[in-house]
Amino acid sequence: MRAETRLWLAQRASAAVLAICVAVHLATIISAVHAQLTAADILGRTRGSVAWALFYGVFVLAVSIHAPLGLRTVASEWLQWRGRGADAACAMIALALLVLGLVAVAAVTL
Amino acid sequence: MSTLEVKVWRGGADGGYRDYTVPREDSQTVLDVVTHIQRRVDPTLAYRFACRVGMCGSCAMTVNGKPRWTCRTHVAEVARNDRLEIGPLAHLPIVRDLVTDMREFFDKWARARGQFQPTATRRDDFARVEPASPARRAVDVGIECIGCGICYAACDVVAWNPAYLGPAALNRAWTLVNDARDGAMGERLAAIAGDAGCHACHTHESCTERCPKHLAPTASIAGLKRATALAVLRGEL
Repeated sequence: MRAETRLWLAQRASAAVLAICVAVHLATIISAVHAQLTAADILGRTRGSVAWALFYGVFVLAVSIHAPLGLRTVASEWLQWRGRGADAACAMIALALLVLGLVAVAAVTL
Repeated sequence: MSTLEVKVWRGGADGGYRDYTVPREDSQTVLDVVTHIQRRVDPTLAYRFACRVGMCGSCAMTVNGKPRWTCRTHVAEVARNDRLEIGPLAHLPIVRDLVTDMREFFDKWARARGQFQPTATRRDDFARVEPASPARRAVDVGIECIGCGICYAACDVVAWNPAYLGPAALNRAWTLVNDARDGAMGERLAAIAGDAGCHACHTHESCTERCPKHLAPTASIAGLKRATALAVLRGEL
């Protein structure tokens, strides 16, 4: 029960972080398109930027927490798939999102 | 004479709707319609009712797809083109016709630690509970529930997760969480946390929309989410 409550808290907290991250991310995309920045322009701004690395690092972390927990609920309610198998599958998805996301962040900021 | 075309569920889970024609009356309730069928058309029709005035909660059925108290639902409010479809409450096993087996519904109240756990003896003085305190006010709203099962039948999560305790049981738990005299706070929070408890609620608010007493089980469940979250952060759960 404590674990379930903690997971619920983690999903709520990550949702709050995502609300801000998604807004900033969308504003960034729209402003980059409006300013007609090329890929090279964008990389010029993100490479070596600690701020962008931190921002997208946090974004990836929040996604890796939030999405698998949501999928876990979907698996439980719609597929009646619960227990260790479902938990393990969601943990794998969390790990995949975290690794792929951090690799992408590293690619544009390092 | 104008008439109503009424489809009524007959049989158990593998039964089906049967058609009846019922005379249309002024100020006719859905319960009047069911009673007419049972008394004048087919005495084998099984259904439950007691008070007929919205106090007992025993006449809840599914009327044109929505759970309602049939005694407090006028035909004029719900009939479409003089047609009605009356079935048993959803999410509960059908005993026969319009009668459901409500054991699971009430067992879940017990599973949600819905019993008051006294902390005082008869030699102690009365507990002093300030009527205007936030906790007492939260209780005031929740204790009006009469256990009719409408919210349970309206809840999507009950359909998706059969272990889910449901809005009524969780609302009951919330009234006890706010009861200063109760001594089972920790056990209750443990009972209502998790996948079958308050954290499964999707805040669809179907329970709150359908509750004939205009209670807000969704708000009670949100209160339980806050209470369990605080308990976990304090290391009490």
